Amino acid sequence: MNQLLLDYLPIVVFLGVGLFIGAALLAAPFLIAVRNPDPEKVSAYECGFNAFDDARMKFDVRFYLVAILFIIFDLEIAFLFPWAVAFKEIGAFGFWSMMIFLAVLTIGFIYEWRKGALEWD
Amino acid sequence: MALTAFFFYLFAILAVVSGAMVITARNPVHAVLFLILTFFNAAGLFVLLGAEFLAMLLIIVYVGAVAVLFLFVVMMLDVDFAELRAGFIKNAPIGLVVGGVVLAELVALFAVYGFELGVGKTLAAAAPEAGSGITNTEALGRIIYTKYVYFFQGAGLVLLVAMIGAIVLTLRHKEGVRRQSISAQVNRHPAAAMEVVKVAPGQAIVPSSEGQG
Repeated sequence: MNQLLLDYLPIVVFLGVGLFIGAALLAAPFLIAVRNPDPEKVSAYECGFNAFDDARMKFDVRFYLVAILFIIFDLEIAFLFPWAVAFKEIGAFGFWSMMIFLAVLTIGFIYEWRKGALEWD
Repeated sequence: MALTAFFFYLFAILAVVSGAMVITARNPVHAVLFLILTFFNAAGLFVLLGAEFLAMLLIIVYVGAVAVLFLFVVMMLDVDFAELRAGFIKNAPIGLVVGGVVLAELVALFAVYGFELGVGKTLAAAAPEAGSGITNTEALGRIIYTKYVYFFQGAGLVLLVAMIGAIVLTLRHKEGVRRQSISAQVNRHPAAAMEVVKVAPGQAIVPSSEGQG
């Protein structure tokens, strides 16, 4: 067993405890709680009137745009991590390589700002 | 070692089972949730291989962002389940052909590069030796930005294309929306915005100009 995997032991313990608590909370009501369902009790509840519609409605497409712009800058940050860790070894070439990468993405950022993609309406 | 093997089989079996559930689940939202489980198990396999950075990246990018995007797309499509099942038989031959071609390519690639050129050894040579004190992230950082600079810049261009493409395809501005213009607000000065009016007793106030209100 190498050291790297031993470092992950706390995460395994955490996952085990999390699974146990989650399963216990799911299983406990079946064993303990009083179950006596009727159609009125289990129907969807909306205050004062019958439910209009299914709750699983369509999303606005604008959420998709926000999400995909988030992913792109998320990946940009992901590229910055190894760069920062290895900054001393890779020298000036690595530095300017990252600067060009950032400049390309900044062009996209300026484009989206000027197009108003960051505004909601 | 037995423990490592146990976790390998745990992650591998869960990944294959949840991958199968992705394509067999009736509800597309359940399929996306099984896809997230598959990503988690793939991250576990990466950790077992010692590729910590890739494992964390898989969780941050794929589980945190891409899977959420898939959920958005599924919710946006307003999927009609009956219609989907009707199209399944009709499109099955095309799907089988595409899947078969990809499988044949993967097998051919593995047969050629996996044995003859010894890609395994080449890849292992790039990895830091155990006990050298170089972390996974640092080993990646040493080669991405210098040795593989063209691929790195290519990745930047792909991200730029994705950004511009998403904006061109989905950005629609509503007509007649009045937006806040902060510079116009800040540039207003008291002389233009208000005035002092002397009101004579019994007289109405006559505004000096319209639209200042």
